[in-house]
Amino acid sequence: MPGPAIELRNVSLSFDAKRVLNNVSFALGRGETLFLLGVTGSGKSVLLKVMLGLLKPDDGQVLIDGQDVVPFSEEQLQPVRRRMGIVFQEGALFDSLSVFENVAYRLREEHLADDASLEQQVREVLRFVEMEAAIEKSPSELSGGMRRRVAIARTIISNPAIMLYDSPTGGLDPVTCLTINVLIAKMRDLQHVTSVVVTQRLQDAYELVNSVYSQEKQTLVPVNGASGSRPVTRFLMLRDAEVYFQGNEQEFTHSTDAYVQKFLA
Amino acid sequence: MIGAMITGALKRWVLAVQEFTYLLSNSLRYAFKSPRYLADTLLQMDVIGFGSLPIVILIGFFTGGVLALQSYRTLSTFGETGLLGKVVALSLVLELGPVLTALMVAGRNSSGIASEIGSMVVSEQVDAMRALGTDPMRKLVVPRLIGTVATLPLLTILADFSGMLGGYFVSYYTVRLTTEEYWTTAYQSLTFQDVTQGLLKPFFFAVIISLVGCFQGLHTTGGTEGVGRATTRAMVVASVLIVVVDFFITKFLIGIGFF
Ligand SMILES: Nc1ncnc2c1ncn2[C@@H]1O[C@H](COP(=O)(O)OP(=O)(O)O)[C@@H](O)[C@H]1O
Ligand SMILES: [Mg+2]
Repeated sequence: MPGPAIELRNVSLSFDAKRVLNNVSFALGRGETLFLLGVTGSGKSVLLKVMLGLLKPDDGQVLIDGQDVVPFSEEQLQPVRRRMGIVFQEGALFDSLSVFENVAYRLREEHLADDASLEQQVREVLRFVEMEAAIEKSPSELSGGMRRRVAIARTIISNPAIMLYDSPTGGLDPVTCLTINVLIAKMRDLQHVTSVVVTQRLQDAYELVNSVYSQEKQTLVPVNGASGSRPVTRFLMLRDAEVYFQGNEQEFTHSTDAYVQKFLA
Repeated sequence: MIGAMITGALKRWVLAVQEFTYLLSNSLRYAFKSPRYLADTLLQMDVIGFGSLPIVILIGFFTGGVLALQSYRTLSTFGETGLLGKVVALSLVLELGPVLTALMVAGRNSSGIASEIGSMVVSEQVDAMRALGTDPMRKLVVPRLIGTVATLPLLTILADFSGMLGGYFVSYYTVRLTTEEYWTTAYQSLTFQDVTQGLLKPFFFAVIISLVGCFQGLHTTGGTEGVGRATTRAMVVASVLIVVVDFFITKFLIGIGFF
């Protein structure tokens, strides 16, 4: 399918009298990564929810693989959401279920696997996020970083082509941040997943812009001529419910705008 | 200024009624489709039904007892203490059994449901559920609705019976009625209509208890503090609705000449 994976056209949304998104438009191609920036309360989380159809905009179109999903009912959204995954800010794991059941959730819901292959698949994705040891634990026993890794596992078990991450490294220590970034890069570089990453930490964005995942070294390596092409990355900044800046990495770092520079500082 | 505030409050209220009606019609529609979340439904039956058993029996017993004590005083002024069984049985089966049971279960479970679903909302678990392809209406609301509707009538029967037992103990030990006097009048006084009415009410109350809890839970905003507010509001709204709806059901049944 040609065309962008995600495209928003003039999307607006208000809660009561408050404008939370005002005329937001952008397009993101397949396999590309979008960094969503903005101060707290600028509408980043709301924008992610709009992309998944969890919130309906008052106005505008949300195209996923070229299809406007705004008029879709909850039932019609199911096949669209099957191709997408979201990792919420605090993980949003189901408290009442074990790590195993959390990760198995989607396969169980869709009756996609028998018990043996279910366990095998769950172990496989937990290994991917390096959390297999916690398989029997309950979410309340996990640290913030571990919860997010399990949340990533729960989402990627169905191989989504589009991943949305809401502040995946927010409030984490630098070492844990790196593990999360490695996972995001792994999804991007091994599975060519289209990614939208909400972040307050610009160094995370740069880490992901300037490195790729190396399968031999099992970690991030700096991009240079030898290790292949640079990942395609875009930046979008929200300010007071509107798109304040949008462009690629070059345009972003060299922006002379005072507000954008505050973020770069 | 005040006008705008009243208009705003009115608008919110109309919107809430509209959304509650939507929840009601949709959950009832789904409830009659094949049950997909059987395990969740059984769990709710256990939590709501089995969990409420001790308090419902206890409340029923002492209510029946106090009914007998109080009615005896009135009846003795007419020299009709033989009717004690009848008075206790009718009061329990028609009104106190269904209403008190429903109020107890509302206090336990409307608030419990609201806090459980409310915490899932504020921690984005409900959004995560939808993102993973599950309709919260089917997974969260319908099992609680069925769980309550299936167990509240049974709890009411137990409360009625426990209450009659409480009335019997009082009649026997303090009023000195014979076992036969008490149970015969109690038993004979209950008509088919009385029992039907007493068992019809719990169905309505069960819908109120579960759906008010779910509604308040799903509409929780404002973090953990909001969960507390939703919990209290669920209990208050459900309790008030139970008493009001009880009045209208009774009035309706009298109106159509059911008695
Ligand atoms: N469900 C909601 N109801 C009302 N207001 C909301 C809701 N969700 C978000 N908002 C408001 O929308 C604005 C943007 O929120 P959000 O997208 O969470 O910001 P952030 O950029 O920090 O993620 C905030 O002012 C928030 O209070
Ligand atoms: Mg946010």
